[in-house]
Amino acid sequence: MKTVSDTRIVVVGNGMVGYKFCEKLLSRKKDGQQFAITVFGEEPRAAYDRVHLSEFFAGKSADDLSMAGAGWYAENGIRLFLSDPVVDIDREEKLVRSHHGHIVYYDYLVMATGSGAFVPSIPGVEKDGVFVYRTIEDLELIQSYAKKARKGAVLGGGLLGLEAAKALLDLGLEEAHVVEFAPRLMPRQIDDAGSRMLQSQLESLGLQIHLSKSTQEIKGGDCIEGMQFGDNTFLDVDMLVISAGIRPRDEIAKIAGLETHPRGGIVVNNQLQTSDPFIFAIGECALAHHMIYGLIAPGYEMADVVATMLTGGEKEFLPYDMSTKLKLIGTDVASFGDPFVEEPACKTIRYENKAKGVYKRINVSADGKTLLGGILVGEAEQYNMLLQTCKAKTILPPDSEDLILGSRGGEEAGAGVMSLPDDALICSCEAVTKGMICHEVGENGHTTIDALKKCCKAGTGCGGCIPMVKDLIGGVLKEKGVYVRNVVCEHFDYSRQELLDLVKMNGLKTYGAVLDHHGKGDGCEVCKPLVASLLASLWNENILTKDLAVAQDSNDRYLANIQKGGTYSVVPRIPGGEITPEKLIVIGQVAQKYNLYTKITGGQRIDLFGAHLGDLPDIWEELIDAGFESGHAYGKSLRTVKSCVGSTWCRFGVQDSVSFAIEVEDRYKGLRSPHKLKSAVSGCVRECAEAQSKDFGIIATEKGWNLFVCGNGGSKPQHAQLLATDVDKETCLRLIDRFLMFYIKTADPLTRTATWLNKMEGGMNYLKAVVVDDVLGIGAELERDMQNLIDVYKCEWREVVESPELRKRFTHFVNTPIKDPTITFEGMREQKRATEWA
Amino acid sequence: MACSVDDIPENGGGCAFISGKQIAIFNFARRGEWYATDNQCPHRQQMAIARGMIGSQNEEPKVACPFHKKTFSLQTGQCLNDDEYRINTFPVMVKENRVYVAL
Repeated sequence: MKTVSDTRIVVVGNGMVGYKFCEKLLSRKKDGQQFAITVFGEEPRAAYDRVHLSEFFAGKSADDLSMAGAGWYAENGIRLFLSDPVVDIDREEKLVRSHHGHIVYYDYLVMATGSGAFVPSIPGVEKDGVFVYRTIEDLELIQSYAKKARKGAVLGGGLLGLEAAKALLDLGLEEAHVVEFAPRLMPRQIDDAGSRMLQSQLESLGLQIHLSKSTQEIKGGDCIEGMQFGDNTFLDVDMLVISAGIRPRDEIAKIAGLETHPRGGIVVNNQLQTSDPFIFAIGECALAHHMIYGLIAPGYEMADVVATMLTGGEKEFLPYDMSTKLKLIGTDVASFGDPFVEEPACKTIRYENKAKGVYKRINVSADGKTLLGGILVGEAEQYNMLLQTCKAKTILPPDSEDLILGSRGGEEAGAGVMSLPDDALICSCEAVTKGMICHEVGENGHTTIDALKKCCKAGTGCGGCIPMVKDLIGGVLKEKGVYVRNVVCEHFDYSRQELLDLVKMNGLKTYGAVLDHHGKGDGCEVCKPLVASLLASLWNENILTKDLAVAQDSNDRYLANIQKGGTYSVVPRIPGGEITPEKLIVIGQVAQKYNLYTKITGGQRIDLFGAHLGDLPDIWEELIDAGFESGHAYGKSLRTVKSCVGSTWCRFGVQDSVSFAIEVEDRYKGLRSPHKLKSAVSGCVRECAEAQSKDFGIIATEKGWNLFVCGNGGSKPQHAQLLATDVDKETCLRLIDRFLMFYIKTADPLTRTATWLNKMEGGMNYLKAVVVDDVLGIGAELERDMQNLIDVYKCEWREVVESPELRKRFTHFVNTPIKDPTITFEGMREQKRATEWA
Repeated sequence: MACSVDDIPENGGGCAFISGKQIAIFNFARRGEWYATDNQCPHRQQMAIARGMIGSQNEEPKVACPFHKKTFSLQTGQCLNDDEYRINTFPVMVKENRVYVAL
């Protein structure tokens, strides 16, 4: 309810900036402050994300684009009138009147009326089939008209025009044209060379670009049939989208007698006050510092300035950086700082790669010390770094071309995001600085993008800063963790790597001996499996012999994966995914006999679930008799080497991927490592085996094999990186030997190869130097160590099946042969499933 | 009488079925001690404590449930990494190669 002390605020316009103002006002509100907020919007929908409007045609719904659900306004006590523009402002009485006749009094009025499309006065512009590109309604009209159109054009080759052109492509028109008056595309953001590169990229995607075209007339009867240009050329089209710029919506302000600019825009001061101090203007309707800020980030900043002042704070709107980065029809385009400054005021460095469609330009100050601005087309990964370097006036390295070319040889240039000053703005949409993000990550433990979005809103606007936010999370965590010595647990004051060396040097082979020599206390569930894994990686002896069975993690202890309810699953090895009909039948028979649920795994094998502990040796006895071996699905060890069908059957295959996969799997089966290992072999570049998502993956080439390493699926997928090209099988295996042994010897516990590489100083270059170039001179030793492990491999399940002593431990009860009576199953799709957790 | 000494691996556990109850018995050979607890972990009601790894936290002997690594004191049964849980412990006596548990 409104009380006497409520401050009455009326917001005219419910676009992105108007919405953001409400959000900021609520979040900045101090205890005791009360606002009665009324919002008038002209459109039938509450504020939506206009920046990503073209995604409407790529499948996003109006709901997906919405900034906040209809409930949000009600929940926060905001009165929202939609389809109801304000038509009159009475500044004497301080009230507004809406189209539907609502009269609302205000203490402060915020104009957030935005802008409309600028439609040039070309004869014929009123014809059917001519549209503007501004609202969801416009898009719906375009969508419906496009169904009967074949050839479409966009008038305007700026940022919005190219977005609209993407929409035409998405709508499936046969021809899509872009017509621009200026001699280049995106004339406000990029230079001629950048425009040429962008043009060739867009043309390769099917857009037809017409530059330096002045449209004289839109031809046709009731409907558009073509465009007549000043150079006497003609373009045959049956629909046209005009995107020739924006025009601030200042008509209400004019009627109310507020000062406006002759070329449009409500004039505001640094506090964003109009000529009436009780009326503010924000977003694209406001003319601040003699310009219209047609981007979302400065719009949000304006919203924040007014929200700050209305809640008793002080803030000014300063001239705002107009740097942008966006993806236009799949091509990255970015410009920052002053992109156009010319020599002699600066030194310009240009890089152009037509084969890859990449153009980069940076403008370095004449003294070579600071970055003034630049342009990126085709590849804009460095945008965030460059923008910050430019804004923070960071002193440049002597070879400033490294900024866009990357360092060629030697260490990575600079120290990345962590070298930025704390006040560097990372998320410009929400004004979140590096310092704020690092604080949230380091002090408050918000270490994921989602958590950061919640606590400080970083990355919730355009999303362009997210890669940088990720790097910051990584950087802060690294500062906190990686250089701290990572000891195993309270029982061992060593890192895994140190312990491995000690155990090897002293030839220790039991957990008890390792604890006696190098540890203290009685061990625990952290150090026991770790030491057991080290011993397996060093000596490859049966993991259930000596005192090791009780030091193994639950899965390794019973050589099977424990599942809900306490039963186990069984995975026989099926190398390369190749299996005979006879073996398939045996698996089926075993599953029937022991009542097991069967499922194909992601690694081209068959998993048998629901086995009683006491049945495991009998199940394996039958499998081993049929020629199967353990699949080590339970171990931190090599799992499977997937393969595609390869050149033996596939008409595209260039090498026999199945045979090589089987060879690789047989070579490394049973190899125990800091974490599980997955591999795959593909028979050609189509990569059906998905080798690039594996710890080590092999892809056939015409000349041999390409070896990729350190890929990962899982929750944080990472592509594997190329380690060697066109090598023969022998070389490939030698490199894998070295790579795997190096990983086993140096990785932290429970660290997959991808994470291991990410933490490695020098990264892929260093790994390559060690594994391929053997700079440490340990190549031969790594190969020898691997060969020793391979030579002593035995199927551990066969050893258990053949040993009455080991078999004895596979019972649920030690004093009776009955099975665990608490195990129950439920039926599901003609098989069984585990009963849900109690 | 629950089982014989050989039935329980050194520094590990085994489960005995006693009077309709599942009891986990541990031969903590490194300390020369024997322990007995519920076999059921109170976290997800799984019958698997006997399959867990034993060890120590400071001086306190403990066992870790293999499912989600809740660890319990073998002396008091208190869960050491979640205050909410506790298991029952029982006195154990070993005589002439036989293990006795008092329920």
